[in-house]
Amino acid sequence: MAMATSTTNRQKVEAGLSRRRRKELVFRYTGLLATTVGILFLGVFFVDLFGKGASAFRQTYISLDVELSEAVIAPGGEPDFAFADFDGLVRDALRKLFPEVTERSQRRELYRLLSVGAAYQVRDLVEQDPALLGTTQTLWVPASANVDMLIKRSEGEPVEDDSGQLSVAQVYWVGQLQQQELLKKGWNTALFTNGDSREPELAGIRGALMGSFYMLLVTVVIAFPTGVAAAVYLEEFAPRSRISDIIEVNINNLAAVPSIVFGLLGLAVFINWASLPRSAPLVGGLVLSLLTLPVIIIASRAAIKSVPPSIRDAASSLGASRMQVVFHHVMPLALPGMLTGTIIGMSRALGESAPLLMIGMVAFIVDVPAGLTDPATALPVQIYLWADSPERAFAERTSAAIIVLLGFLLLMNLAAVIIRKRMQRNW
Amino acid sequence: MSNATNENLVNLAAARAEPGQTTELGATIGDVRSKNPFVVAENVDVYYGDNHAIRNVTLEIGKQEVIALIGPSGCGKSTFLRCLNRMNDSIESARVSGTILLDGQDIYSRNLDPVALRARVGMVFQKPNPFPKSIYDNVAYGPRIHGLAADRAELDQIVRTSLERAGLWDEVKDRLDDAGTGLSGGQQQRLCIARTIAVGPEVILMDEPCSALDPIATARIEDLIDELSEDYAIVVVTHSMQQAARVSKRVAYFHLGTLVEVDETDRIFTNPRHKLTEDYITGRIG
Ligand SMILES: Nc1ncnc2c1ncn2[C@@H]1O[C@H](COP(=O)(O)OP(=O)(O)O)[C@@H](O)[C@H]1O
Ligand SMILES: [Mg+2]
Repeated sequence: MAMATSTTNRQKVEAGLSRRRRKELVFRYTGLLATTVGILFLGVFFVDLFGKGASAFRQTYISLDVELSEAVIAPGGEPDFAFADFDGLVRDALRKLFPEVTERSQRRELYRLLSVGAAYQVRDLVEQDPALLGTTQTLWVPASANVDMLIKRSEGEPVEDDSGQLSVAQVYWVGQLQQQELLKKGWNTALFTNGDSREPELAGIRGALMGSFYMLLVTVVIAFPTGVAAAVYLEEFAPRSRISDIIEVNINNLAAVPSIVFGLLGLAVFINWASLPRSAPLVGGLVLSLLTLPVIIIASRAAIKSVPPSIRDAASSLGASRMQVVFHHVMPLALPGMLTGTIIGMSRALGESAPLLMIGMVAFIVDVPAGLTDPATALPVQIYLWADSPERAFAERTSAAIIVLLGFLLLMNLAAVIIRKRMQRNW
Repeated sequence: MSNATNENLVNLAAARAEPGQTTELGATIGDVRSKNPFVVAENVDVYYGDNHAIRNVTLEIGKQEVIALIGPSGCGKSTFLRCLNRMNDSIESARVSGTILLDGQDIYSRNLDPVALRARVGMVFQKPNPFPKSIYDNVAYGPRIHGLAADRAELDQIVRTSLERAGLWDEVKDRLDDAGTGLSGGQQQRLCIARTIAVGPEVILMDEPCSALDPIATARIEDLIDELSEDYAIVVVTHSMQQAARVSKRVAYFHLGTLVEVDETDRIFTNPRHKLTEDYITGRIG
């Protein structure tokens, strides 16, 4: 009897076995497929992004022998940086390369090979070193965006085609410059040192980067201590009651509120009611703190919860007070989790643009902000602004700005992973 | 449900009882009093919400006495133990009634700070739980928070004597800065004992201190308990009869929250007076 049952049982198990294996296989391949599709999308995105954006990190420069004439720069003895005709100096230098161009309209076309940044570069040079007055300097000055695009296209870079922006004569001159090796492509420093500009070749992300930096500074200074303090209070000290339950539910809800709503709140509270300045990183940072606060609180509470109760028992059995248990034992063990949560909240804040639109951080701002109340934009908003610009040359800069933003996000997430790995203790 | 099991067991016990043996679950059999009482629990009841976990327990624990609490799991040994240093305070649902005196002083009185109480009544847990800090800092933590050492030299001295008393000094003296969590299980438990001693308690509570250890480490801890009993009142919960027999002077048998029987260790193991006690120590109740 026992024998019979065991035989039939074994048969039953074996009959089911192939079905189980098949199910497992299907499940495994479905998972593999899903992962592949995900990686594929990511791959397409990155290839496209880097294909379009990589060229923006390089810029075409033209070599000019600029005569830093005292008569032009310092007509009254002292250099006049505000009104001296640096533009004229640069143009003179270019004209000397093409003596055959004499007609007025043709000359104007010739000048358009240069970026307006060329004159600024000469001015900055003299400003830094007035001793150069009166000498002739060989300088690499930025070419205009159209020349830059032409060169990049001729070198097979995937920049947007906008032939027709340059005249036949201009293309010829560029060819001449190239032949005389007076044209080179170099590292695009302007992209990292300049603020926004209407001229693509002068537009940089410095302003947006600093704006984002100041905002994150405000955010971390406000959200980290507040979030950690709230988490510690809720986990360790708050009596369990209906009120604490309501608070808990609301914090979780807050984390799911669309960010634009926080922007509206910021507009109503910080700008309209508290009369803080518009477009300021201070207000942006305050709004982003509200946004990241729930993330930090939730992560910190989870970190506190994960501290083993045996450690608390050990400490309190030795006579540690509740405060001492929390600050000597729970906090140090929960800190890596809290920091990880904060960094993840910060990287979310760094990528936010919607709430910033609400508080006026979407303006065209040339000056790099130097403080918390200077008008500023942020990196994602800058991307939005450039993506909206008609000039073709802004397209590659948009991609470049996205690459920089992704780079920072990657760094922050990497930091979170490292902190988690490094500081995690075994107990 | 617990009451049903309770009655079943009592009935079972009654069916097998020898003439003269009690089978009722009522007043504690044996002498709950001690000649030289230091900890006195009088009519203690503990509730976790509706769960009546300790039922009217009266027990005296003497100075320099090792008393073992035994009984099937869930009978309330840990709960009773945790009443003695008010560790139940941190459990929200727990409610304690009755009186517990430490050296004549009511430990549940309003003007006694549990922090001060725990400096006098130390505790060692079932699973070794050293802090994730250095060996030195583990032992020094208690003295530090209570301000027991005036300077570093004095603290060093406390750490050293505590580790010596816990029989760990020779093994760790060259690596006091290593993590306490890096020690073996038995060493960790002795570190926890050293940490408890460092505060200078009068009573040490141990909740199944050897249940996570191998036999050799267990033997070392048992020897240690023996040595420590010269200076401290020790209450040790154990589920090992042999351990209770080896280390304790008295044994208290708990059953479903009731203190069934208390007696001198030799007497209770040779001549249990309650049927449930006999069933437990002979292995009929697990
Ligand atoms: N923290 C707690 N909350 C609620 N009930 C508990 C708690 N700890 C123990 N109990 C209950 O109290 C009773 C006694 O438990 P315990 O003292 O741990 O027994 P023992 O240590 O003898 O195994 C059990 O019924 C258990 O379920
Ligand atoms: Mg227990």
